[in-house]
Amino acid sequence: MVTLQLMPYSQIEGLSSLGRIRKLLDVAKDDTVVLLQGRLKPEEETELIKATMEKINKDFKGIELAVVKPGKTKEGGFASIKNDIINAVLGDRQGFTLVGPANIVKAIKKDPDRIQLMMNKSRKRR
Amino acid sequence: MLNILKKFIQKVFNDIFSHRGELKLGFYGPPNAGKTTLANKICMDWVGEEIGKVSEIAHETRKVSVKGEVEVEHDGKKLTFAIADTPGIATKIDYEDFIKSGINRAKAKQRAKEATKGVIEAIKWIDNMDVVVVVLDATKDPYSQVNITIIGNLAARDIPVLIIANKTDLKKASIKKVQAAFPQYDVVGMSAKKGKGMDEFYEALFALVG
Ligand SMILES: Nc1nc2c(ncn2[C@@H]2O[C@H](COP(=O)(O)OP(=O)(O)OP(=O)(O)O)[C@@H](O)[C@H]2O)c(=O)[nH]1
Ligand SMILES: [Mg+2]
Repeated sequence: MVTLQLMPYSQIEGLSSLGRIRKLLDVAKDDTVVLLQGRLKPEEETELIKATMEKINKDFKGIELAVVKPGKTKEGGFASIKNDIINAVLGDRQGFTLVGPANIVKAIKKDPDRIQLMMNKSRKRR
Repeated sequence: MLNILKKFIQKVFNDIFSHRGELKLGFYGPPNAGKTTLANKICMDWVGEEIGKVSEIAHETRKVSVKGEVEVEHDGKKLTFAIADTPGIATKIDYEDFIKSGINRAKAKQRAKEATKGVIEAIKWIDNMDVVVVVLDATKDPYSQVNITIIGNLAARDIPVLIIANKTDLKKASIKKVQAAFPQYDVVGMSAKKGKGMDEFYEALFALVG
């Protein structure tokens, strides 16, 4: 079984950049994929990769990561008003971030309008 | 206080990495894209020696490797570079992949350990680059997060970027897909292995920094 844990941005908002990354990494393990509302800045993405590299051992093989920016809506009007409100709240944090442990998530494929998580089928028990 | 420390580190770094007037040119990208193959080609062309080892097994480069005083001439213009070949950046490293490639268990674990350190080193060195060539394997999905993270970080630091869609000698390669993924950047298709597209590469590099 794989758990998808939703994390509202407010849960990490008060933390420092490093604290945010620690929190994400702490949750994204043991068969849990984190879906964070809001996205990381590029500098935080590299910090997350660095922290991940430090944690890799024979059981933890690293992460799969996808940072998704909100797409431009064709509808305009209502959707864009809604976007403006979200913008005001989240600033350049709009979008979402997926972080999953590499031993269960093999790959994340991003298409313009969907996200696919390829799972590892043959998971060896050690 | 922190700023003084930062400036000090920067100065020490500059002293070892580069002479005055040299452009610090970094080669970045995911593992196995052909960074070392391309950096070797350039170093062979202008200094007559290679910068590092190439392998079909990922994470061959596990330490940043620098070659200074590389004088390149193109269209009657001369530029001097300090070339830095960096370890491929990844979000995961599995020593069992190395075992599958025929490396014994002990060496595979060692390679994985060194590879994790290499990724961290490559990221730390981004700040010191004047210009970066991002080498991508054009047979692979360009939307991979590592590619986006690398290019996003370079953009955030205002470092000029040239994207290479490498391995165009392979049937599966698509320069178009790479260009579509990064429409605001110059994308040069080439085969570093076959030495095809070198003229276009120098042309784009000189246009970017010249
Ligand atoms: N077909 C083809 N193969 C290439 C090309 N460039 C590099 N390769 C091959 O791709 C593999 C990886 O090349 P490297 O230059 O070691 O790649 P790298 O980006 O330095 O990889 P790391 O150091 O592991 O991050 C080797 O087997 C190369 O021979 C190319 O243009 N075409
Ligand atoms: Mg290399």
